[in-house]
Amino acid sequence: MLDAVIIIVTVTALLLAAWCGFAAYRDSATKDWHFAGMAVVTLVTLVQLVISLVQLGHGDRPEQGMAVFLAYLLGAACTIPAAAFMSLAERTRWGSAIVAAGGVILAVLELRLHEIWGNGHG
Amino acid sequence: MAEDMTRQTAKAEPVTQAEPKAEEAAQAEQTQKQARSIGTGPGRLLLSLYGVFTVAALSRSIVQISTKFHDAPLAYVLSGVAGLVYAVITIALWRGGEAARRLALVCCSVELAGVIAVGVLSIADSAAFPDATVWSDFGDGYGFLPLLLPVAGLLWLRRAARGTPAPSRQTGTEA
Repeated sequence: MLDAVIIIVTVTALLLAAWCGFAAYRDSATKDWHFAGMAVVTLVTLVQLVISLVQLGHGDRPEQGMAVFLAYLLGAACTIPAAAFMSLAERTRWGSAIVAAGGVILAVLELRLHEIWGNGHG
Repeated sequence: MAEDMTRQTAKAEPVTQAEPKAEEAAQAEQTQKQARSIGTGPGRLLLSLYGVFTVAALSRSIVQISTKFHDAPLAYVLSGVAGLVYAVITIALWRGGEAARRLALVCCSVELAGVIAVGVLSIADSAAFPDATVWSDFGDGYGFLPLLLPVAGLLWLRRAARGTPAPSRQTGTEA
């Protein structure tokens, strides 16, 4: 279950990164549609947060430690909102570049989350 | 008087000769804006990335120092130091101004020296680093960003300095 969500978050985060990276390449600031995209990715990370907490509630435990797992989980949920705020403050192509970087960072966080959670879980 | 102070900027607008006082005030404001501008444009991207690395390095070292300090004290303390350097640069970029720019310049130099020194040491004398730090192997665990960030930071801070022209240099260039 969590594996599927991790894949969804990773893919949407990379799509967002490509989209905003393209906007930066085109010398364009983030537009309303970009922010809608950020909202979607953020929503998926929040779903991930809930699913993870439910799994933990069922007694599943991350392989590499609870504290690290929770830290990465919260970090993943905060990454895109933080990038969105920076992008609001920076109404140039660099604001788009920030969101693109945020998407890549989120994908990396998901990769680590997958390792920390470990295999052998549902 | 006001003529002397006029700086040649890239986008010199066709100024309708307004009140000299207002012009001077606008210039002072612009100079101030430029001094603060190390945290805008490309600087804002750097600021964001440094913010991420501050959180990453500091939380990593806090977890490691509090749970398994004796496994690799040097590595964990180094991660903490790296986190502090990142924090200073983040705050300097955010605050802006000439003093902050100089501070950030020093910290980026320290950071670059640290990445290179730890990178070389972690490969040459891996026994000293039983556990990885943010700067081990030139930061390859972090996509080599720890090596690229200070280089980008130094280039950007240098360019930001050149973007703030000294008034004396420009004196007399206006006809």
